[in-house]
Formats: sequence, C-alpha cells, structure tokens
Amino acid sequence: MPLDASDFGAIWLTLKLASLTTLILLLVGTPIAWWLARTRSWLRGPVGAVVALPLVLPPTVIGFYLLLALGPHGFIGKTTEALGLGTVVFSFTGLVIGSVVYSMPFVVQPLQNAFTAIGERPLEVAATLRASPWDTFFTVVLPLARPGFITASILGFAHTVGEFGVVLMIGGNIPDKTRVVSVQIYDHVEAMEYAQAHWLAGAMLVFSFLVLLALYGSRRGKSAWSSA
Amino acid sequence: MRMSAPRIALTGLFTLMALNSAWADDVQVAVAANFTAPIQAIAKDFEKDTGHKLVAAFGATGQFYAQIKNGAPFEVFLAADDTTPAKLESEGATVKGSRFTYAIGTLALWSAKPGYVDAKGEVLKKNEFQHLSIANPKAAPYGLAATQVLDKLKLTEATKAKIVEGQNITQAFQFVSTGNAELGFVALSQIYQDGKVTNGSAWIVPAELHDPIRQDAVILEKGKDNPAAKALVEYLKGPKAAAVIKSYGYEL
Repeated sequence: MPLDASDFGAIWLTLKLASLTTLILLLVGTPIAWWLARTRSWLRGPVGAVVALPLVLPPTVIGFYLLLALGPHGFIGKTTEALGLGTVVFSFTGLVIGSVVYSMPFVVQPLQNAFTAIGERPLEVAATLRASPWDTFFTVVLPLARPGFITASILGFAHTVGEFGVVLMIGGNIPDKTRVVSVQIYDHVEAMEYAQAHWLAGAMLVFSFLVLLALYGSRRGKSAWSSA
Repeated sequence: MRMSAPRIALTGLFTLMALNSAWADDVQVAVAANFTAPIQAIAKDFEKDTGHKLVAAFGATGQFYAQIKNGAPFEVFLAADDTTPAKLESEGATVKGSRFTYAIGTLALWSAKPGYVDAKGEVLKKNEFQHLSIANPKAAPYGLAATQVLDKLKLTEATKAKIVEGQNITQAFQFVSTGNAELGFVALSQIYQDGKVTNGSAWIVPAELHDPIRQDAVILEKGKDNPAAKALVEYLKGPKAAAVIKSYGYEL
C-alpha cells in the first residue's frame, strides 16, 4: 500500500475533526432542533431557513465568508484577537467552526423531525405525572427520539468527513492541522501521484458506502432522513 | 420560391453563424493562475486584432496536466513551468514544435500592509509573523520557487510551522490580501502594473535565489486544426503581447 505518514495523518485528522464536530453539533443542535420543533414564534421560519442554508450554498460561499469573518479584519476575528486568542483561520479550531456551520442542517433536521414526531401527548402525560421539563426531556423525549439522534450523528459525521470546499478555503493545507483526507486526495491528483490518490479515494468510497448502508439498512421501510 | 419571414430570419442566422465560424474561431486556453491579469489584457487586443475569441480557464499547472491527460477540451496551454509542457510533449499530447517560453516569472514576497515588507526581505529573517502564505509547491511552480528561496536563505526550519498553502498562486495571494496571512510569496504579476507595486509592500525576490520560472506555452493535440490556436501562439510571440507581459513584471 503506497500510503505514507502524511496520508495516515490526514485520515486521523479527518476522524478527529468529524468526531469533535458531531459532538459539538449534538450539543448545540439539540436545543435548536427542540425549539424549532416546539415553538410557535414567527422566528421559526427564519431560524429554520438559516440552519438549512448550508444545504444549498456552495462551500465556496461559506468558505469565503468564514475567511473574511474569522480573519483579522472580520468581526469574529477582531473579537478573538481582542480576547488574546489570535485568529483561528489556518487552525484546527477554525476547521471545527467551519464544519459546525457546514454540517449543522444534517444534525438539526433529523432531530427536529424526531422531536416533532413525538407530538404533544407523551409530554402532557409526563407533566400530569409531575415530571419536571428536564425530567421529561431525559426520560421521555431522548429515548423516543433515539433513532433521530442516531441518524443525526451518522449524517453529521459523514458529511464532515466529506467536506472539501470550506476546508480548502480556510485551512491553508497544513499537515496534521488542516490537511484532511479530501484535500490530501486533491493534492495527490494535482501532483500526479495517482496511486496514492486511488488508495485514499477508494477508502473514502468504501467508508461512505458503509455509513449509508448502516443508515438505510438498519431501519427498513422507513426513510432514513425523516426518522423516528 | 417565396420564403416566410421566420424562414428568412433563420436562414440569415445560419449564414451568419457559418460566416462567423469561417472568419473567427474560439480558442480554449488553459492558463496558469499567475498569468490571469496579463492574459485578460492580451485577450482584448488579440480579439480586436485577429477577430478570434480567447476563452480562458485559470488554475494550477499540475491540475491542468491531469485534466488535459483526461480529455479536457483545451487547445493551448500556458503553463507556469517548462517541465509540464515538455512532459505533455514527450507523451504526444501536443503539436510538435509548438512549445516556446512566453514569459519568465518573477517571485515577490508581499504583504497587504504598507511598509510591512522591506526592500531586502529582512522581514523573513526577523520571523515575527504568524503565517507565511505560499502556493502548493507540489502543484504550483511559484510555490516550489518559494520553498527554494527559503532553503537558500536557510529559513526552511524556522518558518516550517508558519507556512500556509494555497492550492494555487491565486489562493496564496488571497490569504495575504484578506489579511489572514501577514505576508506570502506571490507572483509579481499579481501585484504589479506599469512598472510598480500597486498596493501593500513587497520585496521582489532576486532571480538567483530560485530556479528560473520559465513559463512555457504549447499547442495541444485538440488545437492542432484550429487556426485561432496558432494565431494566439504567434500573437504571444509578437511585440504587442511582449509589452503587456513585461508591464506585469515578467522577464522575456
């Protein structure tokens, strides 16, 4: 196998990025999805649309705005610099931020669907049994929404692994920090190292297929996306 | 025979189209990213003087090689080096004898901040920056030249952790122009016009610090029967194009 240390470095980095992004998205996405599923506020439409934006925007648009916003002249970059953190472009932290934005709908939407599917009734029953809202959430909602969480985790993880454009625009191609597998493959192709490109690309193909197989194969007869 | 009005219009249109293709042809050109600004200026003159239309795609030389080998419809290739066109020639993907050097590139160390880069490039040795942007040395000849300069100045180790790579010279430039990297190695042509640096501050890297960036052009197999391809290559060798090329800081 012609893969070298930099290829394995890229694989490890990609897995680290996808895991961390998924974890953050589950923490951030759950309250957002819960709110979107329950609220009657007029803000529901606008917030839902913002969350869904990465589905339709080209990664170049997200990458370009992130590059400007996180940079030393951007509003986020100015804030992080004022806090003494420096700027996060060209860093692993920057990629995590980019990935959280980019993969947000893939986590929030399955969760929102799962929460909506639960409906009012189990919550009302729990309330009559004097369960506190927190209690209800952890003992009623979470178990019922379990398939939604599984779908959200798998899609969030897989979509981050497949990320390319955003990383390309804010990463700077630094080994072991921002050079993920998709960028490494692009590099190999550009440098005419087709053998290495084949191994990595083939591995990505098999990985992606297995992930989707796990997703679609495990719950026959149900749409993987709508869940619950 | 009477012809209806739409019919006449249609016949006229087809005649025009036929005439148009007889007089003027499109030529599909793959252009190394560093040559973006000059080719746009040259294209205007070329279209005015010859009636042919130049359709340009911009990218890294290595990327173009892969695309050309896999059937991309390019007819002329303006590379950022001399090895890639030579390789294509040896593989029979070009029109024999069409290869020539159209420009010799100049490397510049550039910052978007005025006064940040001094005229001798001492800023590199001081090493007070966070990020030094270069083009991917494996795919872009200007990136390779940048690594040679760092080697020659014995700064490779000192700057290693600070280097960020753009996929091509345009992206290397973009990292600097957005302020995300304080400075970077770019093509002089990106920051130079009519004999001077247009903004920020720069050190024009002496040619002896890196291998010459000989940029070769070649007519590709797909362009062998296109008169516009031939016309473009001749045009690039002419005095009018030469003046434009020089005005962007290239040698000839």
